[in-house]
Amino acid sequence: MSDKPEELNVQSPQTEQTERTPINQEAESFERAVDTPQSRLEQLVEQLKHDIAEDVVDEAIINEVNGQLPTITVKKEHWLAVARWFQVEEEWSCDYLRNVAGVDQGDELEVVYHLISLQTRREIAVHVKTEREQSWIPSVTPLWPTANWNEREVYDLLGIDFPGHPDLRRIMMPDDWVGHPLRKDYDPSDTEV
Amino acid sequence: MTELLQQALTWQNGLIFLGWAVLFLFIVLGFVTYAIYFERKVIGWMQFRHGPTRVGPLGLLQSVADVLKLLIKEDTIPQKADRALFILAPIITFVPAFAVLAVIPYTPSLYFADLHVGLLYYAALSSLSTIGIILGGWASNNKYSLIGGMRSAAQMISYEIPLVISVVGVVMLSGGLSLRTIVEGQGNNFWEWNLLPQMIGFVVFMIAAVSELNRTPFDLPEAESELVAGYHVEYSGFRFAFFMLAEYVYVFAIASLTTVLFLGGWHPPLAILDFIPGLLWFMLKFVFVVFFLFWLRATMPRIRVDQLMSFGWKVLLPLALINIFVTAAYIELFLK
Amino acid sequence: MIRTEELLLNVGPQHPSTHGVFRIVLKLDGEIIKEATPVMGYLHRGTEKLAEQLNYTQIIPYTDRMDYVSAMTNNYVLVHAVEKMMNIEIPERAEFMRLIVMELQRVASHLVWWGTYLLDIGAMSPFLYAFRDREVIIDLFNELCGARLTYNYMRVGGVKWDAPSGWIDKVRDFIPYMRKRLKEYDKLVSGNEIFLARIKGVGIYDAQTAIAYGLSGANLRCTGVNWDLRKQEPYSLYERFDFDVPLSFNGDCYDRYRIRIEEIVQSLRILEQAVEQFPSEGETMGKVPRVIRPPAGEVYARIESPRGEIGCYIVSKGKAEPYRLKFRRPSFVNLQILPELLVGQSMTNLITILGGVDIVVGEVDC
Repeated sequence: MSDKPEELNVQSPQTEQTERTPINQEAESFERAVDTPQSRLEQLVEQLKHDIAEDVVDEAIINEVNGQLPTITVKKEHWLAVARWFQVEEEWSCDYLRNVAGVDQGDELEVVYHLISLQTRREIAVHVKTEREQSWIPSVTPLWPTANWNEREVYDLLGIDFPGHPDLRRIMMPDDWVGHPLRKDYDPSDTEV
Repeated sequence: MTELLQQALTWQNGLIFLGWAVLFLFIVLGFVTYAIYFERKVIGWMQFRHGPTRVGPLGLLQSVADVLKLLIKEDTIPQKADRALFILAPIITFVPAFAVLAVIPYTPSLYFADLHVGLLYYAALSSLSTIGIILGGWASNNKYSLIGGMRSAAQMISYEIPLVISVVGVVMLSGGLSLRTIVEGQGNNFWEWNLLPQMIGFVVFMIAAVSELNRTPFDLPEAESELVAGYHVEYSGFRFAFFMLAEYVYVFAIASLTTVLFLGGWHPPLAILDFIPGLLWFMLKFVFVVFFLFWLRATMPRIRVDQLMSFGWKVLLPLALINIFVTAAYIELFLK
Repeated sequence: MIRTEELLLNVGPQHPSTHGVFRIVLKLDGEIIKEATPVMGYLHRGTEKLAEQLNYTQIIPYTDRMDYVSAMTNNYVLVHAVEKMMNIEIPERAEFMRLIVMELQRVASHLVWWGTYLLDIGAMSPFLYAFRDREVIIDLFNELCGARLTYNYMRVGGVKWDAPSGWIDKVRDFIPYMRKRLKEYDKLVSGNEIFLARIKGVGIYDAQTAIAYGLSGANLRCTGVNWDLRKQEPYSLYERFDFDVPLSFNGDCYDRYRIRIEEIVQSLRILEQAVEQFPSEGETMGKVPRVIRPPAGEVYARIESPRGEIGCYIVSKGKAEPYRLKFRRPSFVNLQILPELLVGQSMTNLITILGGVDIVVGEVDC
């Protein structure tokens, strides 16, 4: 996992991410002197730490190429609370879950959620990681019904369990399929071919 | 034909009757063959394409090829189907279709039977075919056929009543149920036909007739895009041909009935044109009604089952009843 | 003793109206649906898994086959995602070509939807009229890139083939032809009593449900939510052109029908302007390295396909093949609302509602 931008530690200023304006370099605290994506991200992380738990956010970066999309990684135990926070928090009110993607990162599995609020246009991408064995991530289907089939697809293809999901069963593969095809260690050999 | 019918029934007369009936059967089968061909051509032209052109000159032998194909197909009966009913259903559907043709008068002297209750005979026999459809739907042991059969039963009941009631006005004007009397009661000019005095009845009759024929826009029992051919989905080969045959013979029957009841039968539209034989006028009007049915099929979408029944009961039936009252009032006030 | 039973009906993988190999298991009470369970996966071809072993240019033909009715927009979402990651600049002429083919594709896709929707409802003729007009568009594409359905046209950095001489004029001639045809179709179908009775008031849902279920495209705009990615998150050259986004408020099948017809009208407007502003010369490919190796990172690119929001999420580790490629397919997400909409409807309305959602099973299964 090389070349990923440095992890954000809220106390130290970020080196490569933000625009190089003099005012910005002074804005280490939470006052919104200049409203940059970076400062908003820092504020978000602070809010999450305050509202949910101290260790909820593992990582927070700005995805430059993707239109300055704030991207955070949260711990799976807190994911449901974070999701609810994004849905009800006034500034964010993310009512539209755009995309749920499962990724096999080698040593662990992760699911990426892309949220957006249709009124305020604030977007966020959330990564939630879990182990390869006995992997589970709380389901957000009660919050956004659109996650229903998306999570079924991730379960089917990657084998991540979603406790709280109303009807977790395979969606693409036949019901009696063994294995999870999208995993990197999936053995696709078909005895008949 | 009239003298023949009035003589006593001997073996010779009986055989002559049989000969005429067989000849007529062949004429009807010929009609069916070319009705199918023309339907495909006309609908094709309306859809900006040619229709059958390859088999035979101008594609004229297409239906012959199709019938031949159906005849030589394997006769499959689903394993769990009710064999006796499965085999019986197409027959029950077809036989009344052909039997009703007996009462239609084509010219003053060309008819097969002049029943005093000709119209009633027609209505009664045409209802029997629906039993065949329901049986076919049930006996196929297939849920789609079952739904198709049930829909057909509902549709038949909903539209048979407006069909018959809409012609009561014609009966009142003509004074009898015999189809010959009804045609003779109409005159040699198109305003003397039953079309204009009985306009409401005509409209109701046409709509109910399209529904009785199970044609678009009322072809729910065999709705292709929903029920995948509905009640005849399990039929193949010649049994399927029987169902199709029944449908087209009914087209012949309804078109003839419309011509007889409303369009003046063998009468010309203007009195000066009466040098043209009546049979030709009959055929012309008949062809026009058949073309109208094809035209409807190419144009209209399908109606939904609950809308169909509410239309039949809430719109057509009251209209037909109003027609009776208006006709009765008219007869009482102006013709007495 | 008379009793009623629930009928378990399989609107099976083989059915004329399910628009592909797609199955719905219905519990029927007479003709009323008590429960509907969609079953899919019959057309799952493992595109996402295959993509992990192919380089980006090799994946482009696979994208064609996902939503095969609207292949150009699929091409675009993939190359757009890669170009975002690598920050490649596209020459203007190439971008114009892309926009023109995407809008033509939108018209073609909506025509297919229109023809098949009416065929499902029972009218046979509009299907043939729609395909006759689509044939003009397909011929244009054939001339441009050699294929009628799966074009493999766009590349990272531009497009593969330049417009042949006279092609733009043919596009220009197509626009008034299609406008005239649309008027005819409106007269034939949109006022038809039977048709209106069939689709008005059927399959209603409100804006909150639509947003919660993640619907997009006409399915979302029929409830009054003004969300069209061409306007809200502009990509390509859409900001230069003047067009409206049809919006409606009742949330029933009729609204979705009207919106899609109106979208064809708006696409013709965009095409007209694009053809006017088309640069007479220019490159068709930008400066792209020989081997396309996006830097490590991830991107989620999304565009407005005729069916809704199509998205491409790429995780790259700096190699020529993507580490993970996921497509956010609009038909897959839009279809989720079907079980909820169908409860309590008659079986005939199943076909009406399913057609109104406008799915392509290649996209549902990917």
